[in-house]
Amino acid sequence: MTATAAVTVPSSRRLRRHDRTAGTGVDWGQPFVYLVALMIVIVSIVPVAYVWIGGFRSTPDINADPAGWPSPWIFDNYVRVLGSSRFWGSLFSSSVVGIGTTLGVVLLGVMAAFVIARYDFRGRGVLYSLFAAGLMFPLTVAALPLTILLRDLGLQGSFLGVIIPQIAFALPTTIIILVPFLRAIPGELEEAAAIDGASRIGFFWRIILPLSMPGLVTVGVLAFVGSWNAYLLPLLVMAAGGMPQDLWTLPLGVQQFSTQYSADTGSVLAYTSLAMLPALAFFLFAEKRIVGGLTGAVKG
Amino acid sequence: MTTSVVQAGPADIAGPAPAPAPRIRRRSGRGRMWLEVGLFAGPALVVFLGFVILPVVLAAVYSLFNWNGLTPLERFVGIDNYVRALSDPLFLKGIGNNFTILFASILVQGPIAIGIALLLNRRMRGRGLIRALIFVPYVLAEVVAGLSWKLLLSPRGGVNAVLESLGLGDLAQPWLANPDIALWVMFGILTWKYVGFAILLMLAGLQGVPAELTEAAQLDGASWWRIQWHITLPLIAPTIRIWVFLSMIGSLQLFDMVWVTTRGGPVGATNTMAVYMIQYGQTQPGFGSAVAVILFVISLAVALVYQRFALRRDLAGATTSGVR
Repeated sequence: MTATAAVTVPSSRRLRRHDRTAGTGVDWGQPFVYLVALMIVIVSIVPVAYVWIGGFRSTPDINADPAGWPSPWIFDNYVRVLGSSRFWGSLFSSSVVGIGTTLGVVLLGVMAAFVIARYDFRGRGVLYSLFAAGLMFPLTVAALPLTILLRDLGLQGSFLGVIIPQIAFALPTTIIILVPFLRAIPGELEEAAAIDGASRIGFFWRIILPLSMPGLVTVGVLAFVGSWNAYLLPLLVMAAGGMPQDLWTLPLGVQQFSTQYSADTGSVLAYTSLAMLPALAFFLFAEKRIVGGLTGAVKG
Repeated sequence: MTTSVVQAGPADIAGPAPAPAPRIRRRSGRGRMWLEVGLFAGPALVVFLGFVILPVVLAAVYSLFNWNGLTPLERFVGIDNYVRALSDPLFLKGIGNNFTILFASILVQGPIAIGIALLLNRRMRGRGLIRALIFVPYVLAEVVAGLSWKLLLSPRGGVNAVLESLGLGDLAQPWLANPDIALWVMFGILTWKYVGFAILLMLAGLQGVPAELTEAAQLDGASWWRIQWHITLPLIAPTIRIWVFLSMIGSLQLFDMVWVTTRGGPVGATNTMAVYMIQYGQTQPGFGSAVAVILFVISLAVALVYQRFALRRDLAGATTSGVR
């Protein structure tokens, strides 16, 4: 505390901003604030914890007392799920679809955003508006004709059948976030590159891409999370498209597992909690990007 | 860096012409520029037109046919599909549910999120951890969250067991299977899932409120409540308006959560437009497409009306200018 006070003088602006933005010195509020914060955290976490802990109980135990504590702790459910090929297959499938979507949307998005941000050509505004208008075309509306289109293209029941449409639907957000980002890169750099004899394509690869890395990571993370959690498109393309169950993405796999083994509550809980893990781990790893990206994207 | 110096030297000596070198190249290469534009924007444009715009256009076409998706598209029925959808009480119930969720989200989640964000917007221990934990439900897939709640809320699930152990056994019930309350239970789950996102959004907005303003008001003797009401809230109004917009669009598209928990039941109590569309659309793409078009038109109308009256100032045309 004393240390903070000592520091306050030199860097007072920074600290003050945080201190008083809205706090405005209501001392009575501090314990109350922690109480409210605690309550919200509990509400957010308890359902998740219930599923995790429930996975450590045997199904008869759960049936006898649905809200009890594990006694003894049983690892069978988790072991069984981790030993099943369908869990790993789903994990693999979600990863392939997620990584494919992310790479595709980042690459196509940054290329298009580069042109919109830094080329001066007729129709530039129209191009931007077209992509921006894509925000108004949700996947839900396009889902049924999309399925038929994919069937005609022979992509139904394949990874590409999920990846390509996901890229298409992630492009608007990606481009809207990236265009201002690329526009902010100073024009002097471009002139310097040109004097050095770099073509605009060379400028793109050697200067734009490295400099816009933070923006690319943000849109990449958003695309990955979106793909990882997606349900409707995999449902129509994979489940209805006749892909083997072992290769359904995790959300589909969890849903299928819980229907198929609905009597075995313990296993369903274990499967569900294991399905949560990758997303939570990824969130811990990329929290700043996800939060910053979402709030930044929204603030435009 | 060194190369640039070395090359700039001779270029400068070479005479009056070389300074605007890049511009000359650009002017001389109009064709080349178009080639580059095509090369860079082409792939994205093709994918976007082919997999976003085309399906939406196709939906409009299919919606005019009685079609099972397999036979040739020849049984033109005009607006019959639309008439059929709009005269089906189940679908109308779905539209009503979508709007109930929409208004409830704004009226309930909005104040909760703003209130909590105002409380949390201060220096406090463990702020990072609190923020991360609040955000957990949002990060989970809707399917995973939905299945967890389905287990918790089942007649012999955790919620009822807890109520009984607290001596509140009278309140125990089949939450999602009781048509009288299922929609509100659904709304509760959605609030649990999405209020964290709203809180973080508001917190981000609050970062932009200059401390000088609240300090000045405080010096003038304004109470905490007055400061929030007259200074902070107006300043984060753009954030609030954008959140309302996102929340409205999300409410109208609601699908995943309902599909995994209730499939729209019991007896249509939690039905939504998108759920109805998938239920009928897979075997009757023509009819399903008509439902999709209705969903689209409603979303667009809501978005445009909202943009007209509320968002105009904030977006400067960023998201919706293309559809005007």
